[in-house]
Amino acid sequence: MAKAATLKSAGAGTAAAPATPNRERPPEPKRYQPSQEELLGFYRQMLLIRRFEERAGQLYGLGFIGGFCHLYIGQEAVAVGLQSAMEPGKDSVITGYRDHGHMLAYGIDPKIIMAELTGRAAGISKGKGGSMHMFSVEHKFYGGHGIVGAQVSLGTGLAFGHKYKQDGGVCLAYFGDGAANQGQVYESFNMAELWKLPIIYVIENNQYAMGTSVNRSSAEDQLYKRGESFRISGLQVDGMDVLAVRGAAETALDWVRSGKGPILLELKTYRYRGHSMSDPAKYRSREEVQAVRDKSDPIEHAKRELEGMGVAEDELKKIDAEIKRIVVEAADFAEQSPEPEAGELYTDVLVEDY
Amino acid sequence: MPIELKMPALSPTMEEGTLAKWLVKEGDEVKSGDILAEIETDKATMEFEAVDEGTISKIVVPEGTDEVKVGAVIAIMAADGEESLSPSRGEGQASAASQGEGSGDSRPSPDGAGAPPPSPLQGEGKQVEQPSDQRTEVHSDATPHQMETGARDLVAAAARTHEDPEVPAGTETARQTVREALRDAMAEEMRKDERVFVMGEEVAEYQGAYKVTQGLLDEFGPGRVVDTPITEYGFAGLGTGAAMGGLRPIVEFMTFNFAMQAIDHIINSAAKTNYMSGGQMRCPIVFRGPNGAAARVGAQHSQNYGPWYANVPGLVVIAPYSAADAKGLLKAAIRSEDPVVFLENELLYGQSFDVPKLDDYVLPIGKARVAREGRDVTLVSYSIGVGVALEAAETLAQEGIDAEVIDLRTLRPLDRQTVLASLKKTNRMVCVEEGWPTCSIAAEIMAIAMEDGFDDLDAPVLRVTDVDVPLPYAANLEKMALIKTADVVAAAKKVCYR
Repeated sequence: MAKAATLKSAGAGTAAAPATPNRERPPEPKRYQPSQEELLGFYRQMLLIRRFEERAGQLYGLGFIGGFCHLYIGQEAVAVGLQSAMEPGKDSVITGYRDHGHMLAYGIDPKIIMAELTGRAAGISKGKGGSMHMFSVEHKFYGGHGIVGAQVSLGTGLAFGHKYKQDGGVCLAYFGDGAANQGQVYESFNMAELWKLPIIYVIENNQYAMGTSVNRSSAEDQLYKRGESFRISGLQVDGMDVLAVRGAAETALDWVRSGKGPILLELKTYRYRGHSMSDPAKYRSREEVQAVRDKSDPIEHAKRELEGMGVAEDELKKIDAEIKRIVVEAADFAEQSPEPEAGELYTDVLVEDY
Repeated sequence: MPIELKMPALSPTMEEGTLAKWLVKEGDEVKSGDILAEIETDKATMEFEAVDEGTISKIVVPEGTDEVKVGAVIAIMAADGEESLSPSRGEGQASAASQGEGSGDSRPSPDGAGAPPPSPLQGEGKQVEQPSDQRTEVHSDATPHQMETGARDLVAAAARTHEDPEVPAGTETARQTVREALRDAMAEEMRKDERVFVMGEEVAEYQGAYKVTQGLLDEFGPGRVVDTPITEYGFAGLGTGAAMGGLRPIVEFMTFNFAMQAIDHIINSAAKTNYMSGGQMRCPIVFRGPNGAAARVGAQHSQNYGPWYANVPGLVVIAPYSAADAKGLLKAAIRSEDPVVFLENELLYGQSFDVPKLDDYVLPIGKARVAREGRDVTLVSYSIGVGVALEAAETLAQEGIDAEVIDLRTLRPLDRQTVLASLKKTNRMVCVEEGWPTCSIAAEIMAIAMEDGFDDLDAPVLRVTDVDVPLPYAANLEKMALIKTADVVAAAKKVCYR
């Protein structure tokens, strides 16, 4: 007993001592101050993602979209806030299978995204990739990966390429709270810090890895700390506030572009829908979801902010109508455009003929 | 009683080495732990330590001698207070040292006449086969004798047989090991294309775990010859991502056994990218390293992954036998726009072949090669199995059976035409594969013969493969498990009804 007591008091003493940082850390991010036009742009993009995903959910129910389909509803502020700070064509982006939102946030045509979801020849991957496998090398958007955590290693390779080519680019690698428990994530962290690779690791913590909550799956549930053993600093960010997200993106980009190596952002967010379309979401209550929608919805948040800036309701309604039209057009296109030719079965297996 | 100091075996595959330097001279007194000599193996330079105390009475093998066989007496040591004695059996080193360049095709077998006979069994219990990465202390009274293992037979088959590279008549050739040929292929492509880089464990400062990347760091620097932590899944993914982003990585696995940790990226990330993106995103990457059984390294380090990768659409899979093919095909692999799994063989690294002296020797991917022409039966093989097949063909020739040997070289896409053309000519076929039988490349060749060559068959196709068990460690069991020339000969006779 005595021994245990001694140990306990020694432990308490250590814990009481203030932690002295032994290395440079990034400053606390500041909430971004947008112009009215910029915030309208963010609002527009988030709304496009929301309406697009709602429509995709409908098309799934109608049998136009098959297989797995992971919707981004609720998480819109993350992709929009982060990608608005990147330089398309210079910086690269990679994510997992919940990828529609990231593509829309990069300004890729909703028609060819929706046509990919319906498996049509006009889809961005000629209908051969589907919801989880979409790419736009032109935009330096590298997918679209179905194996949880794989995009973290691949993204680290993209960052290696930026450094190798000295092209000044930064890689933005998104993964979820579920992927944060994959071993290869930490293998990648190690190499990224060792070689000071220009990469921003983004954990989109939507609280549930499929049906398992963060608390049930993660010994350290403060995921922004997950890089500490590799000397990678982490920041926790409100992922439901597009301006907080954009502010964090600025801080992270400053850090990485100045050659200080990787940085980790944990975006606290929430998905309103199931993990995929086939998930009944029995692991949480309707009330929990409703509470987040009522209190923290990123689009409502931006809307209030815009109203505060004096944007007239008519103007917002005009945007809503325009988005609705774009999404309807995309859905019509995706329903009506033809399936791939049978010959496409055999193309693109290998690039060269041997 | 004088103690014979013998050439130690410093790695599982070492059969001979160079006595680079003596650190003692005749008359020196040595204590246990003193470093006596530096010995270069095909992989590294190792220090040879004294175990016993005494006086070096005679140095039998002078420093600078190449190709000193394992087990050859290199010096004599008198125990304290003893008179110096001359060696009782020193003739082994002389013949070993006289093996010059260009004699690889007639190299004696490790346990053959060129090597000294194994010493008496005294001290047998103390001998150990040591991993190559450990400093070796060999008991000077325990002969590191050459055990008869299946792996040694495989190497011997490769060493005894000979293959001409495919080049225009009159092209000069140089004798080169497979190891050197692979290194040259990488160096040449790296000179040509800035996007090409090598990464893997111990590829840079250590000069390669099997010395394949030797010298690359000096020429290309640490930016292009990248040492990684031991983190196969991570660096395979990193390399794949770099390829997606426009670079041309060569990812070295220390052995393909470790690539199982990374197989997700090889298959799910690299092989499927082009298809999933509708041809938009390419992944020009080479995954290379030794594959198949080595010598006495047990079940987890001895496996042929050819059939695994050859199963996957979207991959190119190459498994060369000769040094010329290793060079020409690795260069082609690095230039390919597709992901390539390039399966080397540790036992072949030290084997020498004629390599054409051409500025840019590139071979076509997907083309098998007739390694030996014949009329009576076709032996189809790849990688180290080709040596076994060629040796079997020589034995069969003495018995009046003229065997044709096909070296597949590329496992995916498989050159069906060359296989079927040969079958049409000989009407009989035996597959020879250093690997397991079930769902093997041999099984695939047999299926091709059934589907498209049925009318040409005068007998059922047979396969000679490793035994369908994890590879055992014990020398006798290992030998039983691996393919043998005699089995190929027997199978060939059977399909010829002889």
